[in-house]
Amino acid sequence: MLGDDGAGESSHAAVRLRGITKRFGAVLANDDVDLDIPAGTVHGIVGENGAGKSTLASIVYGLHAPDGGSIEIAGRPAVLRSPGDAIALGVGMVHQHFMLIPTFTVLENVVLGIEGSFRLRSGEADNRARLKDLSLAHGLEIDPDALVDDLPVGLRQRVEILKALFRGTRILILDEPTGVLTPDETDRLFANLRAVCDAGGTVVLITHKLREVMAVCDSVSIMRHGRLVGSRKTSETTPGELAELMVGRKIGQAVRMSESSVRSPVLRVEGLTWRSPGGAPGLQNVSLELRAGEILGVAGVSGNGQSELLDVLSGLSGVQEGHIEFAGRRIDRASPATPAGMRALGLTHVPEDRHRRGLVLPFEARENAVLGRPECAGPGLWTSGTAMQAQAERLIARFDIRPPEPRLPATAFSGGNQQKIVLAREFESEPVVLLLGQPTRGVDIGTVEIVHSRVMALKERGTGILLVSTELDEILALADRIMVMSGGRVVGTVPAADATVRQLGLMMTGAGEGAGA
Amino acid sequence: MTNLPRWFDIGVLPLVNLALALLATAVVVALVGEDPLEVLAVLLQGAFAPSSLGYTLYYATNFIFTGLAAAIAFQARLFNIGAEGQALLGGLGVALACLSLETALPGLIVTLVAIAGAASFGAAWAAVPGWLQAYRGSHVVITTIMFNFLASGLMVWLLSGPIMRAGQGSPQTRLFGETVRLPALHDIAHTLGFEVARSPLNLSFVFALLASTAVWVLIWRTKFGYALRAIGHGEEAARYAGIPVRRVVVAVMAISGALAGCMALNEVLGAQHKLVLNFSAGYGFTGIAVALMGRNHPLGILAAGLLFGALFQGGAELNFEFETITHELTLVMQGLVILFSGALAYMFTPWLARLLLTQRPDHG
Amino acid sequence: MVEVWIDILAVLDGTARLATPLMFCAMAGLVSERSGIVDIGLEGKLLAGAFAAAAFTTLSGSPWAGLAAALASSTVLALVHGFACITHRGEQIISGVAINILALGMTVVVANALFRHGGHTPALGAGERFAPIALPLVETLRALPLVGPLYAELISGHNLLVYAAFMSVPLVWWLLWRTRFGLRLRAAGELPEAVDSVGVSVPALRYRGILIAGLLCGLAGAYLSTAHGAGFVREMSAGKGFLALAALIFGRWKPLPVLFACLLFGLLDTVAPRLQGVDLPLIGPVPVALVSILPYVMTVVLLAGFFGRSIAPRALGRPFVKEHQGP
Repeated sequence: MLGDDGAGESSHAAVRLRGITKRFGAVLANDDVDLDIPAGTVHGIVGENGAGKSTLASIVYGLHAPDGGSIEIAGRPAVLRSPGDAIALGVGMVHQHFMLIPTFTVLENVVLGIEGSFRLRSGEADNRARLKDLSLAHGLEIDPDALVDDLPVGLRQRVEILKALFRGTRILILDEPTGVLTPDETDRLFANLRAVCDAGGTVVLITHKLREVMAVCDSVSIMRHGRLVGSRKTSETTPGELAELMVGRKIGQAVRMSESSVRSPVLRVEGLTWRSPGGAPGLQNVSLELRAGEILGVAGVSGNGQSELLDVLSGLSGVQEGHIEFAGRRIDRASPATPAGMRALGLTHVPEDRHRRGLVLPFEARENAVLGRPECAGPGLWTSGTAMQAQAERLIARFDIRPPEPRLPATAFSGGNQQKIVLAREFESEPVVLLLGQPTRGVDIGTVEIVHSRVMALKERGTGILLVSTELDEILALADRIMVMSGGRVVGTVPAADATVRQLGLMMTGAGEGAGA
Repeated sequence: MTNLPRWFDIGVLPLVNLALALLATAVVVALVGEDPLEVLAVLLQGAFAPSSLGYTLYYATNFIFTGLAAAIAFQARLFNIGAEGQALLGGLGVALACLSLETALPGLIVTLVAIAGAASFGAAWAAVPGWLQAYRGSHVVITTIMFNFLASGLMVWLLSGPIMRAGQGSPQTRLFGETVRLPALHDIAHTLGFEVARSPLNLSFVFALLASTAVWVLIWRTKFGYALRAIGHGEEAARYAGIPVRRVVVAVMAISGALAGCMALNEVLGAQHKLVLNFSAGYGFTGIAVALMGRNHPLGILAAGLLFGALFQGGAELNFEFETITHELTLVMQGLVILFSGALAYMFTPWLARLLLTQRPDHG
Repeated sequence: MVEVWIDILAVLDGTARLATPLMFCAMAGLVSERSGIVDIGLEGKLLAGAFAAAAFTTLSGSPWAGLAAALASSTVLALVHGFACITHRGEQIISGVAINILALGMTVVVANALFRHGGHTPALGAGERFAPIALPLVETLRALPLVGPLYAELISGHNLLVYAAFMSVPLVWWLLWRTRFGLRLRAAGELPEAVDSVGVSVPALRYRGILIAGLLCGLAGAYLSTAHGAGFVREMSAGKGFLALAALIFGRWKPLPVLFACLLFGLLDTVAPRLQGVDLPLIGPVPVALVSILPYVMTVVLLAGFFGRSIAPRALGRPFVKEHQGP
């Protein structure tokens, strides 16, 4: 399939991909992708998590070799064995996780790899002058002698862009660049990207946020399940159409699954503040109330305090200010909770990152079946193979986990089935409160349906569920009320029935403060 | 990492790695100008002749204790390089108990106190690095190395002064009384009506077997063992699951140190009956090789401990039989075993996996 | 007064001698660990170098041949470490332990095979060692008050390798902080992914780092057996590699502080035997054995964060995996 539907003439393509295919084990990350990116434009590549956008970008930057297909850069066939090859052809990339050495200065980071001469000193004056010129030309002011460690996130990203430009980048790829930025920083970034374009460069923006695409891109390509499903000029499309292409069905179709009667609150959070040592937004004065049999959806761009909220509520991080009321206990700085303590009180937790947290990957399924539930592992201080086996078999039956082999290591299960192990384990005790983080991330479509129906069933039985998801669709489908977070604060809480994507999207950017609750 | 069947990982890989280490040792022997097969014959003869079997098991006792010490820490992904120092402290525990109590209390009680002393002194010497890692963030590898030197300096000071045998110039204590010793196995056998060759093999060997069983039960059959393995395989997941990671880390290090300290039962309470400078003789480091070869599993450690016991005993014979080869050859081998079954454990895995998969096309 | 001055100079002179192998090894560790590769195999490389230097000097009669052999042998061990840790991403601690034990065994086995001397090499004659070098004008300047003895006793009269050790510190500093190689090497020790993403090979950098470490350890080894000592004695490294590791940590992986740590540890080593039998007021007789473990105590206390904090390179000990798995 060609980049169709008026994505512009391909004669000026800065990047032209034909039949790009990349496989990771059983996962087909890129499936026969054809793409033309017109020179001198800002081109967006959008898609949901796992749609294959980042893989495609890594291929163009030489980080991954494609299994099949061809790449042309600026009209010439290119073989990219390493990022070095891509850099030589004028391709630069700003990674989702910054590739900056925190203990180095801005200048040192910018020149890394192309220092000019063996002795740093002899090239320094030139480099400094070039960096200054670039900064001025693109409106990217920075102190070249500042330590990166001391810079706020927005400025670090500026260093990344300068680093790419310093290498003579004419095609700049940015992978989810706004995930860690405040709305203000985002606006500044977009202005900078425009400036790059005006200076004759091409920008490829990888994102899953449609608002950004509409705001800054000239044209956009949409990916779904590894395939390129369409390209549009932003002037000729709407967020609604892009969303449909991304998700593969009409949104708004998501049927509200149930309405439930109002019940008593089971979890109350008052003025919660948590500052991370790393300087991420953390949590600022977060208050919320969760009732029995209710799903409270927490929406927001990832990295705006949702993970921190889950950590503090589950007892993994201590409360610094404010307090939590749960199961008749008041948890604050003076009387902190532990993960084990919260579990004992009836709170379970499906973590956002199942590989790092939710499972001990080399452990057998039956050992993972009792992770965090020592009472199911055997009597007293002992573990019992029979007890773990029985528990695992129970979970396998409840969630139809395949293969139904309790003695296989967790690594031997597919992503969807790994997630089912975690969900089954955390659902099984019918907790008072369930913290549910990204329940369907990296899970196949079939499993998504199962997961959603189980979540609704648990809610029916009276569990209060705090659902954190970056998929607005998921939140709209499941939640009774939606709380939007931005920069560690609660922007507002709205009943799901009245919420629109547009309104939520606006709130997620930090605007619409005080929107009705 | 390539997924290989469990039997392969546990059964075949260690043998392949051992074979590589043996081969490399054979090359060294050949370069030195001796016949590797002849050396091997002397080694085996020296290790398994009826008169020397006791010595082999006596050395194996040391290696089982230090191997278990390294393994239980490895299971929690802690590198306890300090078994050497912990063993020295274990010896100190034995000596202090014996020297101070032997005239005051019955022999059996003093012996029991000495056993407790060995374990608790070793445990304490390892718990401090454990605590420093868990609560102060200093890496256990470095601190245990430092603690080896601290232990060694402490022993030099004590044995050349405060607890030195009176009127002697050598750094050691006086002999303990006859009543506070672990009985030698040839004596036990004699009482039971058998005759076996005299050797320093003593009751500690039985303790080592018991300790192996206990460690196996602890790691694979208790919630504490579950916790320590969870920490070893996924510390974040362990924390998420409500396991008190810091406390478990300190406890694992203490248990590891106690096992290393128990090595002193064999050497000090069982064989030498006095505390001698540097009685640990590098056995703590050998424990690392034993644990790696035994894949951190008590059964494997028993096997690897016996192998190294045989190497040490057989190695001692080399000094008599060859002019150019001495028992230090066993050190070479030990180093190679650590290299091949530790640092290079998976060098051949992709290659072997391909071999295995082409053998069984249905698996691919 | 003059006698005290001479005593002080003698102590400092001893310090320089004892700190020399520490400086070489600590600089070796610094280069290796700054690239992200833990090096607890300093001890083994030092020992192998010491043996090779003595053995080849004995066989050839020239300490320079010995020096070359020392460099070669400890470089080979460094390459083994690199093969395990860089090429095969093995556990760096384990590999280091293996190298230490391997060196311990190999040196004695080969010494026995070559010389049948109980694991030693024959004692080296005067012409077979690195001789003290008299700096210019020593005899003329000696007569000057204070400065004269300082020049004659402390600054002049060391062998080449002592001067080389002192030179190695500014050299390593220059290489790591003033050249592009150093910039990249340090980057590989902090965030190897960043180095890879600008198209520079992390394994190549780390290999070069450990090669330099091997060469420096070889110099230290040659110093032990053909300059400071006269021949190889089994286990003659006697923990100096580990002491250098302590100095490296104590000096927080920075050349100048590491140099001071080496000198401090060397000073303690020099002073300890002189304190034998000395009664200090309040304390009584000095427990000399305990003085010798002071460096380790200080390092542990520093590591525990009780005074200051020792920040290791961030990627230290973490193997670099280029291929990210999964989408």
